[in-house]
Amino acid sequence: MMITVRKSHHSQTKGLRYNMSNTPTKRVPRPLSPHLQVYKLPLTALCSITHRICGVGLSLGTILVAAFLLAAASGEGPYNTVMGIASSPLGQLILFFWSVALYYHLCSGIRHMIWDTGRCLDKNTAMRTNYYVIAGAAALTVSTWACAIMTL
Amino acid sequence: MPKNTEQDRLKSPLAKARGHGSAHHGADHWLHQKITAIANVPLVIWLVYSIVDLKGASYGEFTAWLAAPLNAVLMILLLISTLYHARLGTQVVIEDYIASPCLRTAKLIGIRLFFFAIGVACIFSVLKIALGQ
Repeated sequence: MMITVRKSHHSQTKGLRYNMSNTPTKRVPRPLSPHLQVYKLPLTALCSITHRICGVGLSLGTILVAAFLLAAASGEGPYNTVMGIASSPLGQLILFFWSVALYYHLCSGIRHMIWDTGRCLDKNTAMRTNYYVIAGAAALTVSTWACAIMTL
Repeated sequence: MPKNTEQDRLKSPLAKARGHGSAHHGADHWLHQKITAIANVPLVIWLVYSIVDLKGASYGEFTAWLAAPLNAVLMILLLISTLYHARLGTQVVIEDYIASPCLRTAKLIGIRLFFFAIGVACIFSVLKIALGQ
């Protein structure tokens, strides 16, 4: 594993005898696994949690999609109001983050589909494809916004 | 892990495995997530292309675009596929991170109702615009 332990917890478990069998005997203090606070997360782990964060963000973003469509279905006045918000700096910022999250989740999701076939699962390939996912998401985001700005 | 009883010994490996996953069900969840993911790829690319194309569109332009049968159908397919995918995804996040059974159940019910409501609101709106033209 590509995990760097910042703080050693080994001293805590020194001298204990581990009960590895499944039979319940007397209570033995088991070694505690070092948890997230003491790991420096490798890039693969950061990419993994980012996939989830983007997914949850996009899920919450469906509220805005519903608001836009409901406004459009309500008539010209409400439509103009939401279109005005979408065109404002705040609206554009939200759209920008939406596009980043969407493209990251898309690229990372395609990697998940490749992983599901059993390919590219080893540590070094996973580390290399991290950069493909990040570069792909960045390239798609930049080209989309370039298209949007150039066709204004 | 409990010791194998006589009853367990007579069970097929499938029967033993059933219900022992983290979510107490089989591969359906995973399969549905993958199928919707495959559908989402072209639909989302179409959506982004359409948003860029429609930027700053007037009310008339937008409703005329959404009233085109191809656009309305693709939009409804996109809404069903992405919202179902979102429900499956957030379900896994809740199952992984919420330990309290009470809170977990409440949230799992909550996301089902939430995404269903969002879906009905979106699809009704699309149909109203598309059929109202």
